[in-house]
Amino acid sequence: MSVSLSLAQASLPAPMDGVTLAHYLVVSAAMFAIGLVGFLTRRNLIIMFLCTELMFQAAGIALIAFSRFHLHMTGQTFVIFVLTVAAAEAALALALVVLLYRRKDSLSAEEWAEMKG
Amino acid sequence: MVGGLAGMTGLTAAAAGGDGALAVGTVAGPWWVVLIPLLPMLGVVLTLVCAIFDVRTKAPAWMSVACLAGSFGLAVLAYLELAGGPTAVTFGFRWIDVAWGDGPGQRLSADFAFAFDGLTCLWMLFVTGLATLIALYASEYMSHDVGVGYCRFFAAFNLFVFSMACLVMADNLVLLFLGWEGVGLCSYLLIGYFYKKPSAVAAAKKAFIMNRIGDLGLLMGMLLTFVQFGTLKYAELWPLVEPYVAAVRAGHADEVPFLVGLIPVLFMVGAFGKSAQLPLYVWLPDAMEGPTPVSALIHAATMVTAGVYLVARTYPLFLVSEWALPVVAWVGALTALLAATIGMAQFDIKRIMAYSTVSQLGYMFCGMALLTSVGGAFHVFTHAFFKATLFLCCGAVMHGFAGQLDLRRLSGVGLMPGWRIVGLAMLVGCLNLAGFPFTAGFFSKDMILAEAFVTPGPGYRAIGWILLLTAGLTAYYTFRVFFRVFVGPVEYVPGDEHHGDEHGHHHEEHGEHEGGQQGPAPEAHGHAFHPHAPGWAINLVLALLAVGSIAAAGAYFVHTEHHGWVGHLLHGSPAEPTHEAAFVDAHGHGDGHAEAHGSFFGLDPHKAMYFVSSAIGLLGIGVAFGLHYLGRTTAATSRADALLPKVGPVARWAQGKWYVDELYDAVIVKPLWVLSHVLHMFDKLVVDGLVNAAGWLPRMIGRAVRPSQGGVLHGYAVQMACGIAFALVIVWLMTL
Repeated sequence: MSVSLSLAQASLPAPMDGVTLAHYLVVSAAMFAIGLVGFLTRRNLIIMFLCTELMFQAAGIALIAFSRFHLHMTGQTFVIFVLTVAAAEAALALALVVLLYRRKDSLSAEEWAEMKG
Repeated sequence: MVGGLAGMTGLTAAAAGGDGALAVGTVAGPWWVVLIPLLPMLGVVLTLVCAIFDVRTKAPAWMSVACLAGSFGLAVLAYLELAGGPTAVTFGFRWIDVAWGDGPGQRLSADFAFAFDGLTCLWMLFVTGLATLIALYASEYMSHDVGVGYCRFFAAFNLFVFSMACLVMADNLVLLFLGWEGVGLCSYLLIGYFYKKPSAVAAAKKAFIMNRIGDLGLLMGMLLTFVQFGTLKYAELWPLVEPYVAAVRAGHADEVPFLVGLIPVLFMVGAFGKSAQLPLYVWLPDAMEGPTPVSALIHAATMVTAGVYLVARTYPLFLVSEWALPVVAWVGALTALLAATIGMAQFDIKRIMAYSTVSQLGYMFCGMALLTSVGGAFHVFTHAFFKATLFLCCGAVMHGFAGQLDLRRLSGVGLMPGWRIVGLAMLVGCLNLAGFPFTAGFFSKDMILAEAFVTPGPGYRAIGWILLLTAGLTAYYTFRVFFRVFVGPVEYVPGDEHHGDEHGHHHEEHGEHEGGQQGPAPEAHGHAFHPHAPGWAINLVLALLAVGSIAAAGAYFVHTEHHGWVGHLLHGSPAEPTHEAAFVDAHGHGDGHAEAHGSFFGLDPHKAMYFVSSAIGLLGIGVAFGLHYLGRTTAATSRADALLPKVGPVARWAQGKWYVDELYDAVIVKPLWVLSHVLHMFDKLVVDGLVNAAGWLPRMIGRAVRPSQGGVLHGYAVQMACGIAFALVIVWLMTL
């Protein structure tokens, strides 16, 4: 195992030496936070969906980072599955958004408050 | 033959006839004894079937009469075969048999078994006989109600006879109690027969509740008996009680434990409730709201004698306490006097007869307590006949005059055509009740009166004088009714019950019986009222009962060595009078216990009483004659009215029944009513409040939480995010 590690690290370009797992996780966390905040604050349905996709991708980055760190394929294969599912779900979500738009002629999420109480 | 407790008479072995040892000899009885209560039960089933099929003829009545007549026939057969022999126990079926241990007091066993001895024979004869006759009377009396009401009446009537048979023929206290409760239930059902009448319903409730108070006493007595003696069967009980009785008779009353002495007191409470003595008598006059056959059978002849029967049956238990019987005697005497005074001032003839029943029951209890259970039982027997006669005559009057019972509105009824038999029967009944010489009532009352001056006991001579005074009052008020209602100028005012439709119905039914008894009655009713003379059923029953009342006197003259036929029947049963030795010495010329003899102004009470009570009775009749017959020209007034201002307040109080009902109302009913309202408030505020609070809490919680369901998408999103944050914090805290 240590042989493959040193081999892997041996082929990295120089500026990449100080990049550790933590950097990737921070990026992932920041993306997730941006996506969360965006979801909570934006009114446009499509933008809200975009933010959820962003959160998906953040999780994906974290998975890939861990997979590279542990040199184990599972993380990356899982990300492939996640991307596939995300794509299918995107289709459904956009179809729903189209139907919602047709109902109210507006993409604002604030229009839909009928289930109050 | 030593059938029962001959050992009870062991005052001196020479004088007593028994051998001092108790033989609990019972033999197996014949199987057909079981039919005596079963036939009325069959009657119940048949009448209920009639009710289901909405039978609208008199069939339920004939079925009932047939079943009851069968029962009577079997009772006669039982008398012929079994009286005079040892107690015959017929086993029906196993009813209660629980054992929780192996010891003697740890098994409760009560079977549906019927024990026949002399006492039972006596009671069953007149119970079934009168039930048959009164059912026949009721077939006509209740005929205006043909349909479901008729079936209901006869079903309850038969159930009553079944319960009374269980009560009387039981061989253990539990079956007696079953019968006791059953007769109380039937009394309630029958008093409340006219259930649409509020006064009848109230009277039924009053009767049942007061009976219940008595039943509590009886039940506690039974429980105490079981605890003390371990058994509730008579045959097993009396040998266990005998040592205590002997101790009391020998003068060592302190050897009897307090709890054992408490048993007769509790039984007494039960007897007073059922037999309407002080203080539990107020239900009986109100019970007159029921139909007259019910009043005659239940509240004159049979159910109210159940208390007297209880005392007779459990006589050994009454002898273990020195003061149980004196209490019974005094309560009986005071009740007799009180009821007689009330009866003197009432105007409703059925109420007068009801108070008379209370009064005569007082006599019977006195008889039992004065150690002449023979006199008490004989008086029960004769009273059953003549009181039933009296009630049924009043019922005939009520039936014929559309419910009129006020003696100020009726006069000369016995002189009207078609009413002869009623008048004669009434006369026979009144003579018996008043104790006219040589009637059955005279002999039976005499036995009790004489004993009061013979038996030693606390204030028994005073009781004797009280009973004599009451006899005079009885004669007066009885003949007041007779002279006002049945003789004198013919005048009547109809009552207001079923006035119109009774008219119409009876023409159809009785046209063929009476022929020309009634004049033409306009179908447009309301204007001309014609009294409706009784039909064949009523007249036949009245005639039979009147003859029976007269014939009952003959029972005094047979078997004189046992003080009459009744004494012959009671001989050998536990109810036999215990100081038979004194009896023998007083009458026979044995080793006279002179101090036990007693005297009445120097004369032998038994002989003197014939004359004294005759004199008092005739005096009462004479006063009634003078005040209520002589010079009376209308129904509403009589010479007695002139006397009224002179006795003013006393008469008013007597008419107001001495305000006992009002006293009970103020002292017992009102406080309970207040308590019930207090508890109702408590229930509404506290209990309901708690339940309502339990409902209020979730609503409040819901109202608090509802704002989180704003329907706004972003709100939900924020909540989800908060939830995740919360979970993260928890996880982080757990890793610390």
